[in-house]
Amino acid sequence: MDVPTLAVWKFASCDGCQLTLLDCEDELLAIAGRVKIARFTEASSEVQPGPYDVSLVEGSITTADDAERIRQVREMSRTLVTIGACATAGGVQALRNFADVGEFTSVVYARPDYISTLATSTPIAAHVDVDFELHGCPIDRRQLLEVITALLVGRKPNIPAHSVCFECKQRGNVCVVVAHGTPCLGPVTHAGCGALCPAHHRGCYGCFGPMETPNAGAQVGLLRATGMDEADVVRAFRTFNSGAPAFIELSQVARPHERRSE
Amino acid sequence: MTHRNDRTLAVRAIARVEGEGAMHVRVRGGAVEDVRLEIYEPPRFFEAFLRGRRHTEPPDITARICGICPVAYQMSACLAIEAACGIEVTEPIADLRRLLYCGEWIESHALHIHLLHAPDFLGYTSALALAEDRRDLVERGLALKKAGNAIMELVGGRAIHPVNVRVGGFYRAPARPEMAALAEKLRVALDQALDTVRWASGFEFPDFHHDHEMLALVTPGQYAIDRGTPTSTGGLAFAPAEFEEHVIEEHVPHSTALHARLAGRGRYLTGPAARYNLSRQWLSPVARQAADEAGLGAECRNPYRSILVRAVEVVYAVDEALRLIGQYEPPAPCYVDVPPQAGVGHGATEAPRGVLFHRYAIDADGLITSARIVPPTSQNQASIEDDLRRFVAGRLDLDDQQLTWQCEQAIRNYDPCISCATHFLDLTVDRA
Repeated sequence: MDVPTLAVWKFASCDGCQLTLLDCEDELLAIAGRVKIARFTEASSEVQPGPYDVSLVEGSITTADDAERIRQVREMSRTLVTIGACATAGGVQALRNFADVGEFTSVVYARPDYISTLATSTPIAAHVDVDFELHGCPIDRRQLLEVITALLVGRKPNIPAHSVCFECKQRGNVCVVVAHGTPCLGPVTHAGCGALCPAHHRGCYGCFGPMETPNAGAQVGLLRATGMDEADVVRAFRTFNSGAPAFIELSQVARPHERRSE
Repeated sequence: MTHRNDRTLAVRAIARVEGEGAMHVRVRGGAVEDVRLEIYEPPRFFEAFLRGRRHTEPPDITARICGICPVAYQMSACLAIEAACGIEVTEPIADLRRLLYCGEWIESHALHIHLLHAPDFLGYTSALALAEDRRDLVERGLALKKAGNAIMELVGGRAIHPVNVRVGGFYRAPARPEMAALAEKLRVALDQALDTVRWASGFEFPDFHHDHEMLALVTPGQYAIDRGTPTSTGGLAFAPAEFEEHVIEEHVPHSTALHARLAGRGRYLTGPAARYNLSRQWLSPVARQAADEAGLGAECRNPYRSILVRAVEVVYAVDEALRLIGQYEPPAPCYVDVPPQAGVGHGATEAPRGVLFHRYAIDADGLITSARIVPPTSQNQASIEDDLRRFVAGRLDLDDQQLTWQCEQAIRNYDPCISCATHFLDLTVDRA
């Protein structure tokens, strides 16, 4: 049997999700023994031509060139998996979607005319078909290993779509909302981190994006009951997954008449 | 000579760097006319969307600028916001921050040394190719990296984008037994770090030197990591609050990273060699002895030998982490309250790649009204280009493939972090 080939691609991002692959310190060399890492420029100068069996795609689409490049990546990839909040929801840079990107450019760059960028930051799935989305900012190392393992043996990855609350109970954490009145996005946030923030005595800040079918009204009420004002609730849903439809809906429930973020 | 006098060399997608960029070289009449490092990481506009956010949010938000050095962003952000609000954290909290920062130095340097840089010296395209022949070397690098990440996970809560950092300190202080277990891992890592210095000191280093002014934070009595006074090898020293008077950023057409220079002085270099040259005397005895045995001497101005400096800094960071754990008592409380106050604050810390500066203006409600972030790679870009100009000029007899390969290596000496700098590399050599 041929050894499957793996390619890693980067769009607008911080490199943290592809770094997660290198952070598999105990498994990296074993993975390299089972798959041919054919293209991973952060780790290797050697680039083998496609097509590739599996492409891991990090980052969001923010330029016209990248919108074209992702189509080429799709054509070269048998299975395309997006990794992280940028690739699955547009990332923190999607905060531009609620603002004027021309004004943003003039704030950051002395010569806006040198900058070419799109008005929006969009997830990969807005441009091409995606076979599997792995959430998180950053993704979780164990979940990445599960996805790679599942793809190698040809089964569906076992990535639960329930909320962080489930993981919090499994871990035996004290509920930070009930016990301390700390605002927490756990009830509407996709599991995967192992309820890290509540284990550190802070509320979940939603870096894994929305779970399936969150209860928007109840969550907004819960946050308001902890003393957050309307603008704070909107900010809470506008961080690393602000472009995820369920988080857009949550921010609209929080502030029904708002037109822009601030 | 059989080579053309006019040519263009292009390195597309420079490998084994963090982020993406390219390099263009234009040769005319047998002389190097232009060298440009092109950073084509798309702009992400952090400084723009930080406006209107709460003063408590920058540590979580700016961590996302770089997955390799999120702690650096968190620490500079905390210092700047605390300064704006007129708050200083207690020494035990500052020590815990320094411990977390040691974890990031170990993790980031171990990654660069073993997985990104060493393959160049040994003639491999990647650490994975190296592992086919010398699995033990790559495993040692991964073990060191894992030790750094163990600090990040215990103190920061997560290796990438730590969750446990807040303005004013930490959400949770690790318990002493947890720290004792961490120390066990670090004692093993110290031996691995010392082995790494001995191993790297046997590499062949091309004869290449620069005379750039170098800038690093200096903290008398300590090797600067989590705070200090920006100080240059040319005798310049200023408070972090004066950073923007001394460091001028310019926007050049070929890059989404801004180019920095020192006002009235010109290009400069920040990073491990700058730190070593300015703070060598403050290394711990074990780290200084490792530097001596590796033949580093009083000063390092050969960019190829930066791998040795990083290896020595790993020894120091492991040793320093053990010292901090040895004296550790959980700070109680583990954070100080930082109520918002209208004002402007500045923060500078030593990211693995050099000085990282943040400035925030905050209004009386605690909302950010302006933000400025100056990452190390954009400070270094002009000096890297200057080095490459001289480097290429001495190697024009090489064919394009060899020259491209050597230029990539030369760039990796600086461990450029392109994700951070956008605000690199496809090499093209234009010989016409």
